[in-house]
Amino acid sequence: MRPVRLATACVALLLSLAACGGTDQAAGSSAEKSLILATTTSTQDSGLLDELLPAFTADTGWQVKPLAVGSGQAIELGRRGEADVLLVHSPAAEEEFVAEGTAGPRRLVMHNDFVLVGPSADPAGIRGVPATEAMRKIATTQAGFVSRGDESGTHAREEQLWDQNRIVPSGQWYRATGQGMGATLRVASETSAYTLTDRATYLSQKGNLDLEVLNEGDQALLNIYHVIEMTKRAGDGVQPDGAKAFADWITGPRAQDLIGEFGASAGGARLFVPDAGKDESALGN
Amino acid sequence: MDVLGDGLLEALRLLVTGDEDTWAITALTLQVSLSATVVAFLLGAPVGTALALGRFRGRRVLLAIANTGMGLPPVVVGLFVTVLLWRAGPLGAFGLLYTPTAMVIAQAAIAVPVVTALTATALQQVDPDFLLQMRGLGATRLRALGALLAEARLPLLAAAMAGFGAVVSEVGAAQMVGGNLAGETRVLTTAAVLATSRGQFALAIAFGLVLLGLAFVVNLAVTLAQHRRQVAR
Repeated sequence: MRPVRLATACVALLLSLAACGGTDQAAGSSAEKSLILATTTSTQDSGLLDELLPAFTADTGWQVKPLAVGSGQAIELGRRGEADVLLVHSPAAEEEFVAEGTAGPRRLVMHNDFVLVGPSADPAGIRGVPATEAMRKIATTQAGFVSRGDESGTHAREEQLWDQNRIVPSGQWYRATGQGMGATLRVASETSAYTLTDRATYLSQKGNLDLEVLNEGDQALLNIYHVIEMTKRAGDGVQPDGAKAFADWITGPRAQDLIGEFGASAGGARLFVPDAGKDESALGN
Repeated sequence: MDVLGDGLLEALRLLVTGDEDTWAITALTLQVSLSATVVAFLLGAPVGTALALGRFRGRRVLLAIANTGMGLPPVVVGLFVTVLLWRAGPLGAFGLLYTPTAMVIAQAAIAVPVVTALTATALQQVDPDFLLQMRGLGATRLRALGALLAEARLPLLAAAMAGFGAVVSEVGAAQMVGGNLAGETRVLTTAAVLATSRGQFALAIAFGLVLLGLAFVVNLAVTLAQHRRQVAR
């Protein structure tokens, strides 16, 4: 009879688990106003979204489904009308996208910066030189560079830096992971290579990495986030009112305060600088 | 290596302290994957039975297709289901994308070929004269089929378990159609991926261990229930 009792216990455990999942789920889906935010992995991996979204829901009643993908995919989801609002950091691609006419207003939200990280021995000698020169040195010494290779905002910035040097990176020293920033940082750390990263993700994972910030502070390394509202022109399913509510909120005083305090409250460095309403060309000066 | 030890401790801590998020994620994982397995069994078992016992044209091609489908990459299934469920897609009007229902659909699609192919294999292994004998003894077609299925119940159970194992451990489809939304569609595998990309390796391993434990409890329950029935005879 022993197995009988054990089996009954197992079944009871599983049923109770499934049942409590059922109530959770019903509570989650009962909200009617729900919008889709397509954003970048950096906002999720750094933990910023966990801070912002509950406050947004409390203030406006809108539930948010955040899809953390690369900026390239986020823009594509917007273009197809599969997302209501975008929070992205790929300015050149964004401007092109807005010019297509399916997007609504695009507003400045915040910035942080990219940094070049690598092994502390710095074999290519990129400390203290301008960012474009640092990239050229990495390429000419073939010191090893790990790229996101995923059309993300970070990847776009990396390509821009290569372009300015008229370098088309290829060869053994240049690897593309096709993955998010966290995974790419780990590959760079394990292979003692350089990589370009946003500062927030690097700081949040620094403890697990054998990488140091070697090059920072150049104007060319500014990482600027915009919010883009989508319109019905992108697709019938788009909810422009939800998009506007989110864009208004994240550029409003409450969210801007939260962004400015994010990271600092945990005793760490400030990870993002709130910029709503500022002149974009004056950033970083 | 200490990451593994930390992971084990973290898993125990999460379960023992009754961490609400972990339990909710575990419950949703169970709910989604069990539902998908049941759907896949209801679809796959009859098709597998027909493929094993039927005598019709194209049977072997269909069998080969089912066998191939056992290796369906979850990411491909996930992408396919996502495109179908997009707002602008053919099934977009239902608003199912990024819900547990969408995950059940995708995981069922992954498990159907597994259940189908293994059911067909199981029934083909029963003595081919079995059905003839049953009919000869005067059983109706339906009763003969029932007796055959009872004879093959252990392999059929194994087919269902294989389907469950395939879906509870996959991450590609769950991530794509579910979106890994906290409190809504986050399951153990997608939670482990997120924890990894955040550099929280011990937490990621803890989720992996919880997943392993869950699969074990489900298998134990089914095996013991089966054993009990045999003892009862």
